Amino acid sequence: MKVLVPVKRVVDYNVKVRVKADGTGVETANVKMSMNPFDEIACEEAVRLKEAGIVTEIVAVSIGPAQAQETLRTALAIGADRAILVETAAEVQPLAVAKILQAIAQAESPQLVILGKQAIDDDSNQTGQMLAALLGWPQATFASKVKIAEGNAEVTREVDGGLETLSIRLPAIVTTDLRLNEPRYVTLPNIMKAKKKQLDVTRPEALGVDVAPRLKTLKVEEPAKRKGGVMVKDVADLVAKLKNEAKVI
Amino acid sequence: MATLVIAEHDNAGLKGATLNAVSAAQNIGGPIHLLVAGSGCGAVAAAASTIPGIEKVRVVDAPHYAHPLAENLAALVVALAPGYSHILAPATTTGKNFMPRVAALLDVAQVSDIVAVIDADTFVRPIYAGNALATVQSADAVKVITVRSTGFDATAASGGSAAVETVQAAADAGMSRLLGQELTRSARPELTAARIIVSGGRGMGSGENFSILEALADRLGAAVGASRAAVDSGFVPNDYQVGQTGKVVAPELYIAVGISGAIQHLAGMKDSKVIVAINKDGEAPIFQIADYGLVGDLFQVVPELTARL
Repeated sequence: MKVLVPVKRVVDYNVKVRVKADGTGVETANVKMSMNPFDEIACEEAVRLKEAGIVTEIVAVSIGPAQAQETLRTALAIGADRAILVETAAEVQPLAVAKILQAIAQAESPQLVILGKQAIDDDSNQTGQMLAALLGWPQATFASKVKIAEGNAEVTREVDGGLETLSIRLPAIVTTDLRLNEPRYVTLPNIMKAKKKQLDVTRPEALGVDVAPRLKTLKVEEPAKRKGGVMVKDVADLVAKLKNEAKVI
Repeated sequence: MATLVIAEHDNAGLKGATLNAVSAAQNIGGPIHLLVAGSGCGAVAAAASTIPGIEKVRVVDAPHYAHPLAENLAALVVALAPGYSHILAPATTTGKNFMPRVAALLDVAQVSDIVAVIDADTFVRPIYAGNALATVQSADAVKVITVRSTGFDATAASGGSAAVETVQAAADAGMSRLLGQELTRSARPELTAARIIVSGGRGMGSGENFSILEALADRLGAAVGASRAAVDSGFVPNDYQVGQTGKVVAPELYIAVGISGAIQHLAGMKDSKVIVAINKDGEAPIFQIADYGLVGDLFQVVPELTARL
């Protein structure tokens, strides 16, 4: 069966983001960009399913500027078979991303779409669920374990109180949580191989999707800074401060 | 126009995060209706009707709502959506799961994890793990919103007397089913609802060593949390995790023990009222945001702290 893995190019998770002085967003010029970590886990899971003989083809998709090709090359180096870039310089919000992915899923007919549960830039946590709704497919979000058998996926999910396991009918959407797997390091031979793999480029208009944003960002600002406090000399001092100064115990 | 708040519950009792979502709805203004969808959830509906400021509780009781499966819950909310200008749910793993489905079916954007209401169309939400706050305005006819509990004080749980109305169930989508749950059982308060949290990091060294934190937590009536490093090291289960990828908490008192203070952990607890850091490394970044810092060996400091309380 075929698996679709959408991947997003985001500011690298190690970068300390800075809010732009004019309050229009965060600084992304000359900042290291990488694949969204949750999407890397999604790629890895797809590759493991292929190695287990369950999946036959992995198609990676990205939506974004021309540079998102680099992100797709990373997906190909992890083990995706081919890639599609939906190129646009515009800001594409989750609903529009889901509509683009819906168009691609309808053309590619995958049995499974594995996505990261959220992108670490906008922290929306929406795309997978929206795609499931648009396709009319079941979903299992925040997955920590995925088992495929007989037209169903058995997915263990990370929920607030612990874990729960769902059985969902295929085709379906799965979104990844951190503990699903640990992505492999891409090796140089695989990076070289990835360069030769097929990468098609299309545009949202060609898929008939209007990407006009629904939410307008009025401003972006830094949160109030927390002031460092005082060092206490010992436990007795700490207890006294918590009782008399902070009055929290 | 009215606001519909989707109650979170376990068919026996209402979850606390519902009260924070009601509080956000009050900031938006207009009448508030609460949807209780469950199976054998009469007691939850009765409890919900006593939340002050609610005009009406709408109850749907059917076997296929016993567990909040996204497919079924979203279809129900969409069926009930006409007449509402805002649909709100707590940004818990349940709300995050089904609400984007509702938004997509209504062809509207979702505003995730709001921490403030500016007006009926404008909201503040954290981005980049809370390192920036975005003020966003929605032009959609219906605003589908998830509410971060730490952004809004919980409203009172009793004192009101809302009408309770039974609503017809939507069809069972039959696409997914629950096979089982492994929920952490604990006599301590829930992390997201606790007034005091004692959290341990990699410095704890092992899962067994968490017993000294548990002793301190029990003395304080606190919940026990952990950093991602402690979870990744296998000391404690993932539902203990506080941080960008775990739970976001804002208790009155947060005691960070053996936690260095990685950005991703700070994202989950920096809105706590008072932060105490206990760490043997005086250079640990956690001390830069702590109100009270104590440099020392946690294996000596924590038991002493427990004994002095």
